[in-house]
Amino acid sequence: MKKPPRRSTEDHPLVRVVLSIVAIGFIGLFLVLPLTMVFSQALSRGLGVTLAAIEEPDALAAVRLTLLAAAIAVPLNALFGISASWAITKFDFRGKGFLTTLIDLPFSVSPVVSGLIYVLIFGLQGWLGPTLREWDIKVIFALPGIVLATMFVTFPFIARELIPLMTDQGREEEEAAASLGASGLRTFLRITLPNIKWGLLYGVLLCNARAMGEFGAVSVVSGHIRGLTNTMPLHVEVLYNDYQFVGAFAVASLLALLAIVTLTLKSFLEWHFAEEIAAAHHH
Amino acid sequence: MTAAIASLAAHWRNPSALPGFALSFGFTLFYLSAIVLIPLTALVIRPWSLGFAGFWQILADHRVLAALRLSFGGAAIAAGINAVFGLIVAWVLVRYRFPGKRLLDALVDLPFALPTAVAGIALSTLYAPHGWLGEPLSELGLKVSYTPLGVVVALTFIGLPFVVRTLQPVLSDLTQDAEEAAATLGATRLQTVVRVVLPTLTPSLVTGATLAFARAVGEYGSVIFIAGNLPTVSEIAPLLIIIKLEQYDYAGASAIGVIMLTASFVLILALNLLQYWTGSRR
Amino acid sequence: MKHVSAIVAASLLFVASAHATNVKLLNVSYDPTRELYKDINAAFSAEWKGKTGETVTVNQSHGGSGAQARAVIDGLDADVVTLALAYDIDAISQKSGLLPANWQKRLPDNSAPYTSTLVFLVRKGNPWHIKDWPDLVKPGIQVVTPNPKTSGGARWAYLAAWAYALKAPGGNADKAQAFVAALYKHVPVLDTGARGSTTTFVQRGIGDVLLSWESEAHLVLKERGGDKFQIVYPSLSILAEPPVALVDKNADHHGTRKAAEAYLQFLYTNEAQEIEARNFYRPRDPTVLAAHAADFPKIPLVTIDGMFGGWQRAQAVHFADGGVFDQIYRPGQ
Repeated sequence: MKKPPRRSTEDHPLVRVVLSIVAIGFIGLFLVLPLTMVFSQALSRGLGVTLAAIEEPDALAAVRLTLLAAAIAVPLNALFGISASWAITKFDFRGKGFLTTLIDLPFSVSPVVSGLIYVLIFGLQGWLGPTLREWDIKVIFALPGIVLATMFVTFPFIARELIPLMTDQGREEEEAAASLGASGLRTFLRITLPNIKWGLLYGVLLCNARAMGEFGAVSVVSGHIRGLTNTMPLHVEVLYNDYQFVGAFAVASLLALLAIVTLTLKSFLEWHFAEEIAAAHHH
Repeated sequence: MTAAIASLAAHWRNPSALPGFALSFGFTLFYLSAIVLIPLTALVIRPWSLGFAGFWQILADHRVLAALRLSFGGAAIAAGINAVFGLIVAWVLVRYRFPGKRLLDALVDLPFALPTAVAGIALSTLYAPHGWLGEPLSELGLKVSYTPLGVVVALTFIGLPFVVRTLQPVLSDLTQDAEEAAATLGATRLQTVVRVVLPTLTPSLVTGATLAFARAVGEYGSVIFIAGNLPTVSEIAPLLIIIKLEQYDYAGASAIGVIMLTASFVLILALNLLQYWTGSRR
Repeated sequence: MKHVSAIVAASLLFVASAHATNVKLLNVSYDPTRELYKDINAAFSAEWKGKTGETVTVNQSHGGSGAQARAVIDGLDADVVTLALAYDIDAISQKSGLLPANWQKRLPDNSAPYTSTLVFLVRKGNPWHIKDWPDLVKPGIQVVTPNPKTSGGARWAYLAAWAYALKAPGGNADKAQAFVAALYKHVPVLDTGARGSTTTFVQRGIGDVLLSWESEAHLVLKERGGDKFQIVYPSLSILAEPPVALVDKNADHHGTRKAAEAYLQFLYTNEAQEIEARNFYRPRDPTVLAAHAADFPKIPLVTIDGMFGGWQRAQAVHFADGGVFDQIYRPGQ
């Protein structure tokens, strides 16, 4: 990746050893050990018990709900990310910085607040709650509320990947295509999309990981109905509180596996398409 | 609707050869309003039913103050720890070569990919009095789980990737010419690092630490399992929001929410300014 | 866009069309009843099927009693609520009007088909010789109990401690307050719910005594084996009456009133009382209680109405913001 440092700028060998040990030790202690903990606890009574906990109906319902919520929230956020980054990077208008700030905002909003806001709007004591009840539409304590909370917490992820990437790529290619008479959609599909596809995938990956793992926001709007509105992270908490520690860690290990798959794909994308996602090297 | 946006648009944006502004901008604004802005408005206007004095009274409560202090203080300490260790990790990952480096590099993002509830139960089990780390630490007289220290541990865990990932690209871009020049001029390695390398890294280090802070200040899932949730000792502000809700105190919950939201907004604004600063320095 | 609205509409339908062929009830309950209602629901389904031919599925939601009441107020669609204390169901009635204020008069025994009490769970062998309430405030003893602000069980425990100090020789309100204040100085972890506290004590090994629901303490012995823990009955405790109620407006809205009412009445039947006793809740039926007498030692129990003037008063005096608990509980100061 990087050419070896020249002698005059090299760290003292002792410094190298100490820093390496500190870095590896820190990552080992703070990251590897908790991860190992999850799997060792999950498998502490044998693989059979672990699998039984995952195949239990409530656990499977939680898996289905988590997949369904992510399957709705992530594509919508992807559509938003593309739309927002198109508007922001291909045009000049006043207030762009402010718009970007607003898009970034959910990143630092507490998950609990993210859930609370939907309770204040859709709850029976909230703005729309009574009306929705008359119409027999459920939002909070049902799938739509879970999807909304998920969308909020993962709101900026895809836009944040695409905006720097598309800024770097400029507008010349699109402008050339447009001047040759290509339609907007055609320009986007033929020129922009191929340029950003890996960056987009990268963003979708991060968005999905967070969407499937969200706990705080979803916890506030879920209602915790077993087999109906418990997502996987909530089911982990339920099992943990039910003395079913092995079960809790079994479902947790499923989520940890998801995290490992995410990291693997992410590293793969970074190594093979570094240029295509370079502008978006940080989240 | 779109026509109105388009005519409005003509006044405040520069002409462009590209199509789709009205559509993309309109959709962006619609989606942003529906998912983020309108719901947040509901939060912001909620506590004022109590009047300003009532709002102030909620926040002046010693338990609320203690929770806010813990959330902000804990996040600040965690960001500080991450600034130091994140810098070391980034330095090692960019400058040194050793077997297993790629694995280490990939692992840095674990806190980002691992659901917070999973991190929570794992850390809590790890640092419990009879846990793998809790046992030896308690022999040293150090209690982590169910203390503010546990909060800091959880917040450090979730904040690490932000510092490392912000520093890495800057470190890779940093040519060693300047370091070499300094060395040629007779500077010691330490002087070179302190005078040449660190100042260049400072903006990104601050950005990364601020990102870690912003992420940590509102964190809930990974903290509640390990914190023990003792009021005024190890109870974080987001948990207090939940507790207020459970006592049917919507205004109180919203008041704390508004403070957290204001902090988020200021932080994000600061981050964007920082990024502007970083950009102009490079 | 069309696509998006189609997905949203489909997902709404998916949720809305839940009740059609069979009856679905939602029982919103508190933390320690998870195991109880798992058994009750199976028995009720079988009975209802035999009686009416309808298939009834009872879904469960569990959490801290206050949190669950709040969720129902905010629109969690409970047909019935089975919570830890009457105050929380009162709150649902007052704040949402989903059920009438006189709900507690509609079923026998204050709408509490089973009762429980608060006991001490200690580690095997009782190394600190904890026998009664005063032992809890001896130097070095750590007591685990949840936060009375959010947990029903914790409120019962707090009031039991108060009642003990008040009824002790020479006891008065000031001494009771001083005793409870001293007690909470011995609490190292204040979880939000009863189940969280049990986990802290049992799994995490924190503390010397857990102030626990009687049912929860027995459950620990059953789940974790009697070789690690034992139950200590203090000289006096409180009669805890966890009430149940139909949430009228929700049940009528779903058209499930008949099944929901039958479900609650089922809790008083011999069969259900037996299940409750087996899950370590004290059954109201004297013959069932007698059959399980070994599990439920007779100790003097004060009542909330007799000692504290009912839940509304107890809540206002002790647990409301600025109340006695807020005055005495000042950790870190």
